Amino acid sequence: MPKDGSELSLDGLGIPMWLTLELTYRCPLHCPWCSNPLDFDKFKNELSTEDWKRVLREGRTMGALQLGFTGGEPMLRDDIEELVAYSTELGYYSNLITSGVGLTPERLKTMKDGGLKQIQLSLQSSDRELTNKLVGADVYDQKLAVAYDIKKQGFPMVLNVPVCKQNIGLTRNILELAEDIGVEYIEFANIQYYNWALLNRSEFLPSREEIEAAEEVVKEYRDRLGKKMEIYFVIPDYFDDRPKACMNGWGAIHLTIGPDGAALPCQESRVIKGLEFPNVKDHSLDWIWNESPVFNEFRGDNWMKEPCKSCDEKETDHGGCRCQSFLLTGDASNTDPVCSKSPHHSVIESSLAEAASEHRVERPLVFRRKGAISTDFLETTE
Amino acid sequence: MSETITITAENIIEISPMYLFRWEEPQQAYVLLYPEGIVKVNETGAEILKLCDGINTVSEVITKLNDKYSTDVTESINKFLEVAHAKGWVRIKS
Repeated sequence: MPKDGSELSLDGLGIPMWLTLELTYRCPLHCPWCSNPLDFDKFKNELSTEDWKRVLREGRTMGALQLGFTGGEPMLRDDIEELVAYSTELGYYSNLITSGVGLTPERLKTMKDGGLKQIQLSLQSSDRELTNKLVGADVYDQKLAVAYDIKKQGFPMVLNVPVCKQNIGLTRNILELAEDIGVEYIEFANIQYYNWALLNRSEFLPSREEIEAAEEVVKEYRDRLGKKMEIYFVIPDYFDDRPKACMNGWGAIHLTIGPDGAALPCQESRVIKGLEFPNVKDHSLDWIWNESPVFNEFRGDNWMKEPCKSCDEKETDHGGCRCQSFLLTGDASNTDPVCSKSPHHSVIESSLAEAASEHRVERPLVFRRKGAISTDFLETTE
Repeated sequence: MSETITITAENIIEISPMYLFRWEEPQQAYVLLYPEGIVKVNETGAEILKLCDGINTVSEVITKLNDKYSTDVTESINKFLEVAHAKGWVRIKS
């Protein structure tokens, strides 16, 4: 998945340069910060191999360059090897974003031969017990073995660490482990609060002090390792005064296709109610990107309200994240409440205060499982 | 950063294996692709990178481009290679 800190020197020129394919929402893990929809089990009709190939062809014709295969767990698709090879034929720079479960040395070899360029492996901590507890499955040993297998095959590799209160204290141990594996990049990405993560927010939000301590460790490693291992450390936007330039703007460079073929401006955008996402089964990518109402809904800045509208920083952050505005203020065209200029900024401050309160009552984590959250009753009350 | 390496005229430079360098028709530009990123390379940069093929020495790159542009571009080549090396786009093969 493209990151907030990604270096992008192309403005996009109106081209969806970054194509993300969510091949499936199925996953053997149950991460309580999963970005997939709460009702992920309702999307059972996954696109066929031929449909995905057509998406790849059309994307490439439009100028897409970076390609992410993600999910759910993309290794649950038995055509991933075929899709990787096809994407290489078309000229993509392909990235596999995986939990590592199901990534055998044989499959790695096939994808290496098929031209896969890079692998992003998630690792939740350097501690077996904690990792297994956090992801709700007994997978730590397997993940670690996969990490070394990936390097054995000579892939450039990113270790993705979703940072939360539970693992932020292990930053040093995780960096030690990453150095031993020999990864080129490690990304400490503080959890972003949508879908499952939002349900568990009060349990996950670290304190400012914890973030600062982790940053100190990161700095020490950066100084010591230099170019050998690049360390990204993305602090939660909740701690900033200004919102992130989410996706470099709506419909600017990113195009995500969900398992069912829904075209999404970002992986979270299904959270915004009332948008009808065009499907690649019904429309060409070209029409979807250039003409469809959804992709034009928040493109540019005509949709903006105050305080964004007259703000001299609107070109920088594009008003922040539409999904976050919707989830936290009820209106996707509001200013991202992370911004201190937002009239809704107090919702961020109160959630930080709640997480930091010494009187906070610990709640059990809600793990990503089918039926864990039913949204059915919400629909009948509309 | 822990290492400061000076590139000399005898060095042979190549594009780092993690990077993919090529012409992109839809963008009408040369691009460098790497994990999580895209860099658009300007025309001069592209001319230099094309010669960073793991065969040419830096002095050969300079001679070829001086000839091509009929002017002394040594300094801009050195400067570009320095930046490209610092960013990890190219590495010293020998």
